[in-house]
Amino acid sequence: MTETNTYSAASEVASTITRRTRWERMKITLSKAPLTAWFGMIVIVFYLFVALFAQWLAPHGEADNSFAAYLPWGEAGHVFGTDQIGRDVFSRLIYGAQNTIGIALATTFLSFMIGGTLGLAASIRGGWTDQILSRIVDVLMAIPSLIFALMLLSVFGSTAGSLIIIIALLDSTRVFRITRSVAVNVVVMDYVEAARLRGEGLGWVMRREILPNIMPPLVAEFGLRFSFVFLTIASLSFLGVGLQPPTADWGSMVRESASLMQFVQYDLKSGLTPLLPAGAIALITVAVNYVVDWFLHMTSGLKD
Amino acid sequence: MSNDNKQNQGEAGDVLLEMRDIRIEGFSDEKWNPIIKGMDLTLHRGEVLGLIGESGAGKSTLGLAGMGFTQPGCRITSGSIMFDGIDLVKATETEKRALWGSRVAYVAQSAAASFNPAHRLIDQTVEATVAHGLQAEAAAKDDARQLYSALTLPFPETIGERYPHQVSGGQLQRVMTAMAMSPRPDLIVFDEPTTALDVTTQVEVLLSMRKIVEEFNTAAIYITHDLAVVAQMADTIKVLRYGKEVEESPAREMLTAPKEEYTKSLWSVRALHKEAQPSDDIVLSIDGVDAAYGRGLKVLHDVNIKVPRGRTVSIVGESGSGKSTTARVITGLLPPMAGQVTFNGEALPPQLKGRSKEQLRKIQMIYQMADTAMNPRQTVGEIIGRPLEFYHGLKGAAREKRVLELLEMIELDETFYDRLPSEMSGGQKQRICIARALAAEPEVIICDEVTSALDQIVQEGILKLLMKLQEKHGITYLFITHDIATVEAISDEIVVMYMGEVVEQGIKDEIMTAPYPAYTELLLSSVPEMDPDWLTNLAENRGETA
Repeated sequence: MTETNTYSAASEVASTITRRTRWERMKITLSKAPLTAWFGMIVIVFYLFVALFAQWLAPHGEADNSFAAYLPWGEAGHVFGTDQIGRDVFSRLIYGAQNTIGIALATTFLSFMIGGTLGLAASIRGGWTDQILSRIVDVLMAIPSLIFALMLLSVFGSTAGSLIIIIALLDSTRVFRITRSVAVNVVVMDYVEAARLRGEGLGWVMRREILPNIMPPLVAEFGLRFSFVFLTIASLSFLGVGLQPPTADWGSMVRESASLMQFVQYDLKSGLTPLLPAGAIALITVAVNYVVDWFLHMTSGLKD
Repeated sequence: MSNDNKQNQGEAGDVLLEMRDIRIEGFSDEKWNPIIKGMDLTLHRGEVLGLIGESGAGKSTLGLAGMGFTQPGCRITSGSIMFDGIDLVKATETEKRALWGSRVAYVAQSAAASFNPAHRLIDQTVEATVAHGLQAEAAAKDDARQLYSALTLPFPETIGERYPHQVSGGQLQRVMTAMAMSPRPDLIVFDEPTTALDVTTQVEVLLSMRKIVEEFNTAAIYITHDLAVVAQMADTIKVLRYGKEVEESPAREMLTAPKEEYTKSLWSVRALHKEAQPSDDIVLSIDGVDAAYGRGLKVLHDVNIKVPRGRTVSIVGESGSGKSTTARVITGLLPPMAGQVTFNGEALPPQLKGRSKEQLRKIQMIYQMADTAMNPRQTVGEIIGRPLEFYHGLKGAAREKRVLELLEMIELDETFYDRLPSEMSGGQKQRICIARALAAEPEVIICDEVTSALDQIVQEGILKLLMKLQEKHGITYLFITHDIATVEAISDEIVVMYMGEVVEQGIKDEIMTAPYPAYTELLLSSVPEMDPDWLTNLAENRGETA
């Protein structure tokens, strides 16, 4: 601190923030992460690894039905036995990770593209744009999304593409809401007005002035949306309108093997087969939520 | 009513509050940093002590310590605070709570944020008095009404039945003073109570606060950054800087013969002066503009302003007078209902969307709060570089070179290139905003209260810089402010606005000399002067004319 009376602008004392590189800051944050967050991150990394390398990890093919049907666990090298038409359950679990996570990620990204862009546009433009978009979203949200999705899927057919687009559209309503509500607080800042006075277009204001300042809540929402999309896909598959056979996914695997539950009293392990895909769904949902909780806790500035 | 004879009343002369070698630390950036570095303070009964200094000098921290209170994240590490025989450093929370709101009271800066909007004023006024069992509720309310009347609030009998949003900011500040006075405390801590008020309102609040403090012979600590204000209120003035005492002396002595260089620099802006130079070359002209927000109330009525090229035109007026709305009309953010803005002889399209890049480039704006005027996620290089790229198509090395040149023009160096706004002081941030405006190479810069959030010495630096840039590049300034001292320092012409209308426009010297229109007279006479008798004289003068 200079205590001389000769004034110079550069020597004014600002806050004493020590600059750290992004990597250093990340290491510090990670070292403070609670156990639950670590658990969540490890599970997510494990799932991603399995999904990416499914082709190499799976002992048998996804649609390979060259084995006897309903083999019990551990028989003839099939760790979790085989299903009703003789496919290796363990391999299908691994492929299921790839299909379900892939589709869920694609859907979530798409819903953020749509909902995020429209939410930002509504908050910046305001007025009629905001009114029209918000009311459309209200209408869409008023219809129970699962029933709406069932209807649309039966109209357009259950391909992976239509599944992604339909779920993304329905989910983007919630993304729109949250983006709009956090962005309206940033839009009123002087730096946004300064950018508009400069003559910047809508795209620049959205991407460079507003988006960087609303990232934390959006990232947290991304995690939550991902879990919900995951559950929606699994539910639709369980109902038979999701991914079609022979593509493996966890929702339809639960449905196909559900009847095995009644044989628990005769063969405990084989009877639990439907719980494997169900457990896989539950585990990633919990893991993602743990990480999101931690992230929200960090960015909300709450101190424990 | 003079300040000098107060000491003789009551049990004056006894020491009420005594701090010895007090040290306070605050926790930030993962370590404890000293805020107050060993200070002494003595306050007698009935004495008013003014604490002045820039932001960050530790004056609020010290004032609150006088109540035995530390803000969250702060701690008292050593020293003693004796309040009438009680050591507040060692006292337990329960002992201190018994003092607060009964023997010690506090008046905060922002009354609007300090009142509970869901309760009536009078219930909040007597809350502490009743809670401490000092008076029964009915008696306390009777007393509160008398206090309202002593504080010259309108309708003292019924104003207490209103809610906080139903009274003005100045009235709310006086109600808060009544709240502090209700338990008849020995000590009141005033923390910048008039900083958020307009000058004409400030005068009324100051008068009523001084009257009531004198009437009940209450000791007070008055915290402010405005020397002229404290001169009206305090018997003794203590100047703080970097958590240390610079000097302490009786108010009169401090004003006439400050000992330290630093104390003299505190009112340096008032020493700045520029000779007004008239000019007939009009660059920007606002003719017959009416404007309203939405379909609501009209906020501008037939506004006419002429801005000569290369000169500084100041728009003065209180909050709500339409100063900032005028700026919004000029920039195109708020299209006028009627009237025309002409720039360089061409009519400007009323809508922002209708204006060309060149038209936008030539009128730039600098904001009051540099904090919110810069994107917190962009570095200085990006903030200044963007207009260079946007208007002049500069990229890569050429852009970087020009940013560094601009940094040099605003007296900062290349180490600022990679900094984020959060890593700079208030004055530095405002300089970056100036550089961003300069990058566009504008003809007119609209400065909206650019110095009002800054400390005196920093203000002076910014104003000098603006004047230097004007000399060198012939930039025209439209300077919006409520601070008459700043206006005197820098302008060529002055526009006085009141309730959305232009009261008068003219050369500075003509506006600042009599005869004035009634409103200009009120505005100018309300600006505190460096004279401890100013408020007393003003009250007498106004009393005669009223």
